Amino acid sequence: MTLALHARLRRAMPQLIALSIILLLNVLAFPGFFDIGVQNGRFYGSLIDVLNRGAPVVLLATGMTLVIATKGIDLSVGAVIAICGAVAAATVANGHSAVFAVGAALLVGLACGIWNGLLVSVLNIQPIIATLVLMVAGRGIAQLITEGAILTFNDPGLIFIGSGALLGIPMPVVIWVLFALAVSFLVRGTALGLLVEAVGINRRASTLSGVRTPVLLVVVYIVCSLAAAIAGLIVAADIKGADANNAGLWLELDAILAVVVGGNSLLGGRFTIAGSLLGALIIQSINTGILLSGFPPEFNLIIKAAIIVIILIVQSPALPALGVLFRRTTSGAGE
Amino acid sequence: MTKDITSTENILSASGFCKYFPGAVALDSVDFSLKRGEIHSLLGENGAGKSTLVKCMTGAYRRDGGRLLLDGVDIDPKDTNAAQALGIGTVYQEVNLLENLTVAENLYLGRQPRRFGLTDVSTMNRNARALLDGYGVDIDVTAELSRYSVAIQQVVAIARAVDLSGKVLILDEPTASLDTAEVAMLFRILRDLKARGLGIIFITHFLDQVYEIADRITVLRNGRLVGTAGTAGLDRKQLISMMLGRELEAVETAPRHSALNSAPARLRFRGYGRRGHIQPFDLDIRAGEVVGMAGLLGSGRTETAETLFGVDPPDSGTLEVDGNAARIASPRDAIRQKFAFCPEDRKTDGIVGDLSVRENIALALQARRGWSRPLPLAEQIALADHYIKALDIRTSEREKPVRQLSGGNQQKVLLARWLATNPDFLILDEPTRGIDVGAHAEIIRLIEDLCARGLSLLVISSELEELVAYSSRVIVLRDRTHVAELTGDGISAAAIVNAIASQSPGRPNP
Repeated sequence: MTLALHARLRRAMPQLIALSIILLLNVLAFPGFFDIGVQNGRFYGSLIDVLNRGAPVVLLATGMTLVIATKGIDLSVGAVIAICGAVAAATVANGHSAVFAVGAALLVGLACGIWNGLLVSVLNIQPIIATLVLMVAGRGIAQLITEGAILTFNDPGLIFIGSGALLGIPMPVVIWVLFALAVSFLVRGTALGLLVEAVGINRRASTLSGVRTPVLLVVVYIVCSLAAAIAGLIVAADIKGADANNAGLWLELDAILAVVVGGNSLLGGRFTIAGSLLGALIIQSINTGILLSGFPPEFNLIIKAAIIVIILIVQSPALPALGVLFRRTTSGAGE
Repeated sequence: MTKDITSTENILSASGFCKYFPGAVALDSVDFSLKRGEIHSLLGENGAGKSTLVKCMTGAYRRDGGRLLLDGVDIDPKDTNAAQALGIGTVYQEVNLLENLTVAENLYLGRQPRRFGLTDVSTMNRNARALLDGYGVDIDVTAELSRYSVAIQQVVAIARAVDLSGKVLILDEPTASLDTAEVAMLFRILRDLKARGLGIIFITHFLDQVYEIADRITVLRNGRLVGTAGTAGLDRKQLISMMLGRELEAVETAPRHSALNSAPARLRFRGYGRRGHIQPFDLDIRAGEVVGMAGLLGSGRTETAETLFGVDPPDSGTLEVDGNAARIASPRDAIRQKFAFCPEDRKTDGIVGDLSVRENIALALQARRGWSRPLPLAEQIALADHYIKALDIRTSEREKPVRQLSGGNQQKVLLARWLATNPDFLILDEPTRGIDVGAHAEIIRLIEDLCARGLSLLVISSELEELVAYSSRVIVLRDRTHVAELTGDGISAAAIVNAIASQSPGRPNP
């Protein structure tokens, strides 16, 4: 809020450098990576693909940033994606309009957020356990809605969310940019950001200072679940169907990783949404890069893990101390 | 003290112990000696330096100065294991054993009898049974420790510590969660150990227990030695004076605010209390007065403050604010009534360490405005700059994380946080604890300024001279009950000590 632009840039420097290196590696593996063309009135290319495919993780990372800032964690977002996708698909399958389906999915997302928030704030259950409940139960709920099958639909309105474009920009990109801007304004344009940080750093002192801690916690879990609901709509619209088993599978882990790679502490407190966005884009660039490079798919997860470990080591405050071990090689991560 | 080197009477003797923490002197040249076959009680309020002294002797802290002699030999334990090997064992209030292991495993953890490289369970259990027999405790040593009461767990911890060390036993608040019968059992064991020639250091805040079991008493205050005396020659009043009042005579003549007893009460608490925290009490607070609150550790001072502020809301009683009935069930309710509360434990209950000085000062005001009406940055800066100047908060810049400030400056930041909300009633719990002398005097001057501006204050303090100096009334607490209220000329350190010392008839230990 008070940081000048250059100070913000400096704080995001490790993430910007990491993203640049990943993008450069992508170009090495696939020379046409930076090519952007226009076809049928919309942009396309690998870079656009990163932004487009990254939409679910970016959305989740935005919400997850707030939850983590309160010293919490939300493991249920992947399951909420499945539930909300299923709700939207089931709604249009029953003959309702796309607008109605989107409204229903968002309402269900809201309910999921309230559930998580109440478990954490009122019942004082540890966030990792509280959200584990919905993580496990959520896929079951989604399967009940889709009755175990992949529920397909043809509603053009709903499909537009996944594959449409606005001014040539794919809809998922438009949606996540707008959502990230809205959440950033919500937390930094109001006092919400400060209060969230205060609660994350010292919950008791905040409560004693008159901060309505329980309400605040419910709000951040609601924001997180709404992000997941929107991601759920995009994921479902993209494949024109709701897959209760696979939609959003393991995405909660990508989201948490994006937040951490973005330079946020899992111990809560100070947070940066811009950092998390960069983190999410780094992860998506890795995913896309591995696909483009033509490695056998069974290597994907291992390569991804290795790259992330390198990024985390470079970011680690303990790195200068470790430098003693590699005194000959002056720069930390060469290759 | 150095004369004692050759004496065989002292099993343990510390001389000139010093320990410094950043911005604070925790121990200032403290002497302490423990005789063979003696139970020696170490007394003092919170922050007096009891734990620091003990930790320096057990190697949990490295001391910054002084000699430590065990059996006349200089020792310098690097950690608690080294101290244990030398003969100094410690048992803490929270039993430091593993509840999910058996009694015998706990007794021999890390030194299990072995056979063919495996733990020899039957030998271990036999040894454990024999060991506990020596304490007159007959329990199933193969059962999990968690099945037994805290008292039995304490005995197991003591047995282990004595078996490992065998010369000196240090007990830190061992009786805090025990009932009367359990305390009696523990004391029987302590007397046994004493007869065996062990030296025992016993830290507690229950004076009744000190008089029951201790041979000698050493009192610490603000990191300094107040004195050591035989229990028999020290009556309760003298002891409390040692703990709370340094130079009682000197402050008898200290200036005092004239009592404003004629003014109508702004706040009227009637029958206010919370079960298990504080007995119901009546309290009137008038505009522009300072009400002091005195009592020993655990007497219910902080509990009173937390009940008043809605942290632990009352389960009985009523409140009138300016004649209108009001209810306070949370800190937010209290803030709405223009209450403010600087808690005793600054670090866990007060400051938000990673936030800046500015954000910490703005926090309570912002919380009252609600999240949707952010305090404009320019106003926050003005507010912060105003209080940094007005309260003389020493910080290189207002955007510095508050955890990097010294204790006294953190206290001022907290005070600024509440003054920014423009309160009518300010509760200060130990506002001068753990801060250096300069800041101490400033905070007392601030209290007097605030009161002159019409603010009502309730100040909890262990510093009797302080209370006498600025209070127009002093409420004295004992055993979680308000036992006396001193007003006007009746306020003196001696009167406060008298009120604390007056015996409560046969009240069991909580």
